[in-house]
Amino acid sequence: MAVCIAVIAKENYPLYIRSIPAENKLKFHYMVHTSLDVVEEKISTVGKALVDQRELYLGLLYPTEDYKVYGYVTNSKVKFVIVVDSSNTALRDNEIRSMFRKLHNSYTDVMCNPFYNPGDTIQSKSFDTMVSGMMLQAC
Amino acid sequence: MESPEGKPIIYTMENKPIATCAGDQNVFTALYQTLARELPREPMEWRRSYGRPPKMIHLEANFVQFKEELLPSEGNKALLTFPFLHIYWTDCCDTEVYKSSVKDDITKWQNILKNYNTVDWLIVLVDSDAKKKNKTNILPRTSIVDKIRSDFCNKQSDRCVVLSDPLKESSRSQESWNAFLNKLRTLLLMSFTKNLGKFEDDMRTLREKRTEPGWSFCEYFMVQEELAFVFEMLQQYEDALVQYDELDALFTQYVVNFGAGDGAKWLKSFCQPVRSWNGLILRKPIDMEKRDLIQKNGASLLDLRSYLFSRQCTLLIFLQRPWEVTQRALELLHNCVQELRLLEVSVPLGALDCWVFLSCLEVLQRIEGCCDRAQLESNSSHTVGLWTYATEKLKSLGYLCGLASENGPNSEDLNRTVDLLAGLGEERPETASSLQSPYKILKEALSSVETFEKHYLQQSCAAMEMYKTIGRLRSARLIGKSLAEFYMRKGDPQKAETFLQDALKIYLAEGWALPVTHTRKQLAECQKQLGQTENYLQTSSLLASDVNLTEEERKHFCQEILNFANCQDDNQVQKIILGMSTFAQLKELHFEPSSAVVHVGGILNIELSLFSHMPVAVLLENIVASVHFSIEKSNFRKATEWQGKQRKVSLGSNGIIHFQSDPPIGSPCQSNMPSLELYEMYDKSPSDNSLNSTGVICKNVHLLLRRQESVSSIEMPSAISVEDGAQSLRANNTLLQPGLNKIVFSTQAKDPGLYTLRQLVATVGRVQFVLPHIYPIVQYEIYSQEPNLKVEPLNDNLLAGIAQRVKFTLFTGHYTIRNGDALQLSNADSLIILCSAKYVATILANTGEKIKDSTLMVQSSEKVTSITLPLASAYHIVEFELEVMCHIPSSIPKSESERLTNGELYRKTKERHNPELCMVSLDQKISIDCPWSIYSTIIALTFYIPFKVKHSLLSAGKRKYIQVCLQNMSDVSFNLSDPQLKEIMKYPNVNLISMNQENQQQIFSKQNVFYLWELKWSKELPSCLQCQLSVMFSPSSDEDEPNSLKPYTHDFIMENIYTLYTIKAEIYPSLGSEHCRTGCLCSLEVSIMRIAELLETDRDEALTESDGLCTTKLMYEVVDNSSNWAVCGKSSGVISMPVAARAIHKVHMEVMPLFAGNLPFPTVRIFKYLPHHSIHMAQPDTDSLIENDTLSIDKSLDEQADSSSIRSRTSTHSASSEHKGLPMPRLQPFSIGQVFNSSAGMQVLVVPSKDDHVLEVNVT
Repeated sequence: MAVCIAVIAKENYPLYIRSIPAENKLKFHYMVHTSLDVVEEKISTVGKALVDQRELYLGLLYPTEDYKVYGYVTNSKVKFVIVVDSSNTALRDNEIRSMFRKLHNSYTDVMCNPFYNPGDTIQSKSFDTMVSGMMLQAC
Repeated sequence: MESPEGKPIIYTMENKPIATCAGDQNVFTALYQTLARELPREPMEWRRSYGRPPKMIHLEANFVQFKEELLPSEGNKALLTFPFLHIYWTDCCDTEVYKSSVKDDITKWQNILKNYNTVDWLIVLVDSDAKKKNKTNILPRTSIVDKIRSDFCNKQSDRCVVLSDPLKESSRSQESWNAFLNKLRTLLLMSFTKNLGKFEDDMRTLREKRTEPGWSFCEYFMVQEELAFVFEMLQQYEDALVQYDELDALFTQYVVNFGAGDGAKWLKSFCQPVRSWNGLILRKPIDMEKRDLIQKNGASLLDLRSYLFSRQCTLLIFLQRPWEVTQRALELLHNCVQELRLLEVSVPLGALDCWVFLSCLEVLQRIEGCCDRAQLESNSSHTVGLWTYATEKLKSLGYLCGLASENGPNSEDLNRTVDLLAGLGEERPETASSLQSPYKILKEALSSVETFEKHYLQQSCAAMEMYKTIGRLRSARLIGKSLAEFYMRKGDPQKAETFLQDALKIYLAEGWALPVTHTRKQLAECQKQLGQTENYLQTSSLLASDVNLTEEERKHFCQEILNFANCQDDNQVQKIILGMSTFAQLKELHFEPSSAVVHVGGILNIELSLFSHMPVAVLLENIVASVHFSIEKSNFRKATEWQGKQRKVSLGSNGIIHFQSDPPIGSPCQSNMPSLELYEMYDKSPSDNSLNSTGVICKNVHLLLRRQESVSSIEMPSAISVEDGAQSLRANNTLLQPGLNKIVFSTQAKDPGLYTLRQLVATVGRVQFVLPHIYPIVQYEIYSQEPNLKVEPLNDNLLAGIAQRVKFTLFTGHYTIRNGDALQLSNADSLIILCSAKYVATILANTGEKIKDSTLMVQSSEKVTSITLPLASAYHIVEFELEVMCHIPSSIPKSESERLTNGELYRKTKERHNPELCMVSLDQKISIDCPWSIYSTIIALTFYIPFKVKHSLLSAGKRKYIQVCLQNMSDVSFNLSDPQLKEIMKYPNVNLISMNQENQQQIFSKQNVFYLWELKWSKELPSCLQCQLSVMFSPSSDEDEPNSLKPYTHDFIMENIYTLYTIKAEIYPSLGSEHCRTGCLCSLEVSIMRIAELLETDRDEALTESDGLCTTKLMYEVVDNSSNWAVCGKSSGVISMPVAARAIHKVHMEVMPLFAGNLPFPTVRIFKYLPHHSIHMAQPDTDSLIENDTLSIDKSLDEQADSSSIRSRTSTHSASSEHKGLPMPRLQPFSIGQVFNSSAGMQVLVVPSKDDHVLEVNVT
């Protein structure tokens, strides 16, 4: 069960960010923004070593006392960040991976929309529904 | 390896596997040194059970004397004290001795071993020559060995080894040593495998029982740790670590299960409230205190975790993986916090913070202790997490204990501090000597506000520095922000500001709206405290327009601005200037009139659409647009060009300029990059308005290609200044509602020129909001226009001869038409202005709007036509149409149409293309005197003559006919009537008889009408005849005035009318045949007959006169252009023709038809044949010189051309050939009326040759 899901553009501004509960929005914004540090670090190191492997999943970016932040980067350097409550020990790496895959697919659908302007914030309803689904239950 | 202190037996020994020695101790003692040295030298491969990978292992052993107590009793699980191998040493070489004592001894030893089910034993027989020499009755060496083997090793003969001469340096000794050592190692390993395997199996069995009630984790922990110890002892740290990791995982799983509601009983003991939070202890390899607690079931969760981690840490450091320690440490700390929460363990407030802080520092110091500085620095990405975590915890401790406030801690805070410090307990002895131990640091930090600040800053700065070095700027900024919060709490906004600005920059640069808003809010507070009025107001205006804030917050910040703006502070006269972009946004600008071009004195309205971002309505004292004025050169262009044209491309079709809306925060890349503004560009030639080139121009290259400004400029528009424009547009006391507002600037145009809007300044009390640049550039133009008159035809071409409408357009410009003002048109002879009462003038406003109609007075006198103008004020347009008529002259001036009129090329191109199809034009000029000028205006009009006439002479023998073709060149249809052909010279004996029947005919556009007259004469015909055609015409569409027939006349001259020769050709089939046949020669007879007597026209050089008999030379020529005939032999020749009536000359020649059918006769032509020695001089022209070469005697002039042109050409032949000086005779054709070909158009029947058919049949 994710508590925050964010899509971040290549230029590091948020395309989509949603969190529950709503009061902590700001905290998650800070958290996701800070996690970009690690994402960049991982991209640059992975970029050197694993150019061919095309591993998009970046794994755990960093843990905090209460949350675990996972990252994923598409080939076009769009980043996905999922924040999970630390107390939720049931979530394994594989589940996080499949969440990211789902997110990526849905994002691809958004990009395929001819009326969507790449670089605009995502306002797609279906994307939103999918994210809500991931936040409500572990996939 | 460090030997741990402590009482238990296992730790008193060296940590090596134990091997016991029985038998002769002296033998062993002598060999011990070598043995201990040589055993670990060679690695052995250890094959493991359960599919674990084999390992190379260097074996060591602790050799102790055999005692029965050493053997573990049943159920004793201790592994460290377990003897893995029992060795019996003997150097017996005497059978007697063996039988008497050694055998018994071995038997006893064996029995003990058997009692304990131990099978790991070995008997070593040391065989030395020295001993043997002393004995007399020595048996062969092997016998003792054999005896021992047969006695004890019934199946395992390898359990007895012989060590030969061990103390000697010989190859034999070496060999036996090697064999022995190998055996020893193998047996040791076998024992390990067996015993450890057994142990593991037992352990697993124990683990499987974990669901049973009464199972204790602590017990199991001790068992598995035993295994870990053994692995550690064998230096298999990896395996040892695995044991701990398994324990860790097992425990974690239980905690998780507990969270899921499946709580194990034994877990209760870990749920006791946390009473001690003294952090991890990593300096000892084994924390015996904690171990004891675990063993006694008295450990708390933190104790167990601490102990587990300290063991893992020790092993990881052995494995030289210090960075894994830091990573695991962070996980552990997070995990512990979570687990305590999950197990609902009661923890005093702040206790965990203390524990985490101490643990972080302990781990960091432990790592520092085992790495050098360079290593640490290059791996700060691993340690920075712990640093940050420690900083966070210290901060929260500080907040908790009131150490981070301005006033210092209160008594409650102090009590809490005391409680927390109590939970730390005493400092442990191993860190007591260290000055910077975590314990001391924490104690010091909590002791006073100052020391807390010192330590907190130290920690924060260290973490920030680390983040910066590893390039994690965002994390560094976040710490900076938290530091800023700390400073704000401490009441030190000065220090906080820089951190906040830094953080704000990065959020702005990456477009994170929420953090931006939050940081700005903090910054606003900071700036307020610092008294940075301008910055505070700027930030407030940003926040007031920030949609991420609540309505109340926005109103608050808006009110802050308004409060400041309205407070009456006389000391401060200077106004505060803020950027407008946050306050309000210029959406669009609407010009009225839409062309943004106004004449002097006109009213210009500019409507601004201003979108206010403020949450409340704001009363603007005034809003001023400063205007830059320049006299543009283009202002001197003809004012008429303005009409209906857009002033600027940027101006929309309806005078609205849209401004690019600022992109919302969140897409920084777009805000940095304005979109391309592209325009089409046409480069037209100034002379004929044709397109030279075209392209696309980017108008805002300077914005797109400029260097990316640093982000600070977004936030700090410090360079805004208000321009002091001399001119400005102003609107006072405007209430700006939230959202879209319309503000109208109205101005009366004064000086002509170009006005550019530069700045927009809205003033609210002491605050001015400034839009420093208005982009795209907005300009309007004020012009002053001279009065101007334009005359243009209504249709494309004005036709001469009929009434045509001409449109007069009068731009009054700055001139006002007064009563009695009139246009005076000087009359030209050929151009008449038709007076009519129907003329109506329309008065239009400058914008094209119709104002009124009024009748127009046109009075014509002999010289002047006067048009009285209606009253019209300045900058209006008066339009009216007049009917004019241009007379057609009977003789047309040559090519006047190509003359330039009024500086422009008029229809030149069209005429150049095809003069045949174009009408002949006439230019007419009208001179107009206008009331506003002393000079006359000359207007040129071009009229076109709608008709073209061609005439031709037709002959029938001697009879002559004149055919006239009248072509209608115009697009209009005409009615023609009363065609007449007159002979001008009025020869009395010449008569023209009309053969035209209809009196009235209609001629449509681009059609021809032919007229025919027969020419009759009684006496001699004049060589030259001047004729005039006259036809009455009227446009057939003109139904109003059917009788307004206009005459059209055309003069032409005809020469050489009289027929001189008749040519007759006849073709006869060859003799004996009835018809001509293809391929058969036929005879062609040409008779040339002179009809007339000697005439004036014959008097030329060809004429020779002898004995009163005149002859002339003619050349005849038979030509067949259609290739029907093959002319055999000479096809042309020169004949001498008597100049007398009825004189006939016949020529015969052979021709052969090439085709069957009715073939037309070949053409026969005759020419005058002039001798070369002509004295005739003619002006050669270039045309003939060029053509000259192609013309020779036999080369024909067979082109069909009309008579006049041929004549002129031939006459120039003669001249040109002379010029060349060649004695070439010349040919001169007759004019068309002089030769009559009576056989023209005749045909002869040619039948196909029969042979062809026969041949064809034969072939088939």
